[in-house]
Amino acid sequence: MKRGLLLLCLLASGWSTAADWEFSGSATLELRYYPQAGLDVRQYDGGNVSLILEPEFYRSFNDGSDTLLFAPYLQADQHDAARNRLDIRELTWVHVGADWELRSGIRQEYWGVTEFQHLVDVINQFDTAVDIDNEDKLGQPMVNLSLVRDWGIVDYYLLPGFRARTWPGVSGRLRPPLPVRGPARYQSGQGDRHVDHALRWSHTLGDVDLGVAWFKGTNREPLLLSDESGSRLTAYYEQMQQISLDAQATLGDWLWKLEAYHRAASREDYNALQAGFEYTRYGVFGSDADLGLLLEYGWNDSEQLSFNLFQNDLFAGFRLAMNDTQSSELLAGLSQDLDGGGQTFLLEGSRRLGNDWKASLTAHWFQASQPQDPLYYFRRENLLEFRLSYFWSSSH
Amino acid sequence: MNKRILLIALLSLLPLFTQAETPQEKGLAIAREAKARDTGWKDMQAAMKMVLKNAQGEKSVRTLRIKALEVEGDGDKSLTIFDQPRDVKGTALLSFSHPVGDDEQWLYLPALKRVKRISSRNKSGPFMGSEFAYEDLTSFEVPKYRYTYLRDEPCGEETCFVVEQVPTDKNSGYTRRIAWLDQSHYRLHKVEFYDRKNSLLKTLTFSNYQQYLGKFWRALRMEMVNHQNGKSTVLEWRDIRFDTGLSDKDFNKNSLKRAR
Repeated sequence: MKRGLLLLCLLASGWSTAADWEFSGSATLELRYYPQAGLDVRQYDGGNVSLILEPEFYRSFNDGSDTLLFAPYLQADQHDAARNRLDIRELTWVHVGADWELRSGIRQEYWGVTEFQHLVDVINQFDTAVDIDNEDKLGQPMVNLSLVRDWGIVDYYLLPGFRARTWPGVSGRLRPPLPVRGPARYQSGQGDRHVDHALRWSHTLGDVDLGVAWFKGTNREPLLLSDESGSRLTAYYEQMQQISLDAQATLGDWLWKLEAYHRAASREDYNALQAGFEYTRYGVFGSDADLGLLLEYGWNDSEQLSFNLFQNDLFAGFRLAMNDTQSSELLAGLSQDLDGGGQTFLLEGSRRLGNDWKASLTAHWFQASQPQDPLYYFRRENLLEFRLSYFWSSSH
Repeated sequence: MNKRILLIALLSLLPLFTQAETPQEKGLAIAREAKARDTGWKDMQAAMKMVLKNAQGEKSVRTLRIKALEVEGDGDKSLTIFDQPRDVKGTALLSFSHPVGDDEQWLYLPALKRVKRISSRNKSGPFMGSEFAYEDLTSFEVPKYRYTYLRDEPCGEETCFVVEQVPTDKNSGYTRRIAWLDQSHYRLHKVEFYDRKNSLLKTLTFSNYQQYLGKFWRALRMEMVNHQNGKSTVLEWRDIRFDTGLSDKDFNKNSLKRAR
């Protein structure tokens, strides 16, 4: 009883100074509904329930000079066995020196500035089994040395070991009619044990934030090859070198964004670009709400990337943030293929409930009529998704 | 630096010697003296709790921690770490403020591990859904306003200067502010905010003043009442510490990413 009281007092005083240890995280209930049957009869129809647990354990030592972070990802899914799993998103030791940091373990890294596509972001593999928005990533083993200098931040990454992309399973949705199955194939004889390297310089010059990066190793983006039986696709991972640029100019209400890369692989050299702007009006409709308008163009001259949906595309969207107590938000996004004519549409509303809960409702539409358009194979994957998340944190 | 303080000190003595000081000159002199008295604190760390109350009396809580660094000849640098509400826990904001022109701001989004440079134009927007606007919480800099001294008025046991402050930034949400500063320490007691239509929008009152390092006064409680929508926000400071040894290296994108 006394200990319970003490614990309560500790929790209640949680808003004060930085914590030595922390246990936080979220639990999410995800409900999905697909109004149409999939193109493959093996895919489930209708509704699906998924549970996601994302705890986070954090400990800091030596007055904050050393920190440990452990963040697993656990998911259980009603229909799709490929979504029943445990992944380690983070298991990291960070040591902070005077003007350097050494980050070792399994980590997540984010490079880039654009919203609709993340071109230059090559360190982590995408977790496509969770969602196809390329915002969920698998943990990547690495040693990352980061140096802070007057002329910018330099990061070196040693990346031992490769994570193959995850895909929805045979019975799963949000996949083309042929599932991606079986062991992945690699160009390198070392397979998924190939050691990759990356180097990045990033800096702020007045209104402009710049990043220039080099990467050499296993391409995170696979080629999808159909096998002899014709009943499935196999992921094939090439070796590549990439040089990339990401830049954002922040000019008043306007954010101008650019991401571009040049990739050299054995089959072909190719380039890609994503550029656009985000313009925000504050206090719209005589309220406290902000309305952001986004427009981006994506271009890619690869002949090979069979799963690349965006070779000559226009993206448009808006973000309405109510700035109310519940942080209510409405997001809409549209992509238009300027070659094949396919379209995708996304609408997402979210809102906090009380202090610890958050709910969101999302709709995805895929529209395509030409078989040469990769979106054509997603035309029956329209979906409605409801998510309810509970967040907790305790510290001392 | 010392020269400037001397100059400001001399300026503040001017009223004693000159008869012809205009209300504008006196207002400016008061602002300069208030700033001079709050200069030299080097760095600060603190925790903040906000209790938001709507017109029906329903409450919600925000907690955050802040680290700030005084920059000579420029606005402060600050790092704000959000703890509650819990869905934004781990979000952090790095801000380089400037007396004139736009601040530089980067937001760290922990779910994506992403650092995003954001526009700092949204000065008049609500801070975390509260009745405080972003501009109400940024550091006081003399060039941010044009001043007119209005009158002396008793405030509690003290006597206050009452000064009108007109924002110089066209992105401000206010046409003017009326500020009450006590004559003994140049501490703010009350500020009234007038909206773009020049009607009274909010009143901010300061209480529980504490002195740090024998020099710097901080109000541990600030209450903002919105007269137009009936909502209010009480902001409480805790664990304020000065001169904690922070430096430039605690305010870059790397420190933003590891902020907890």
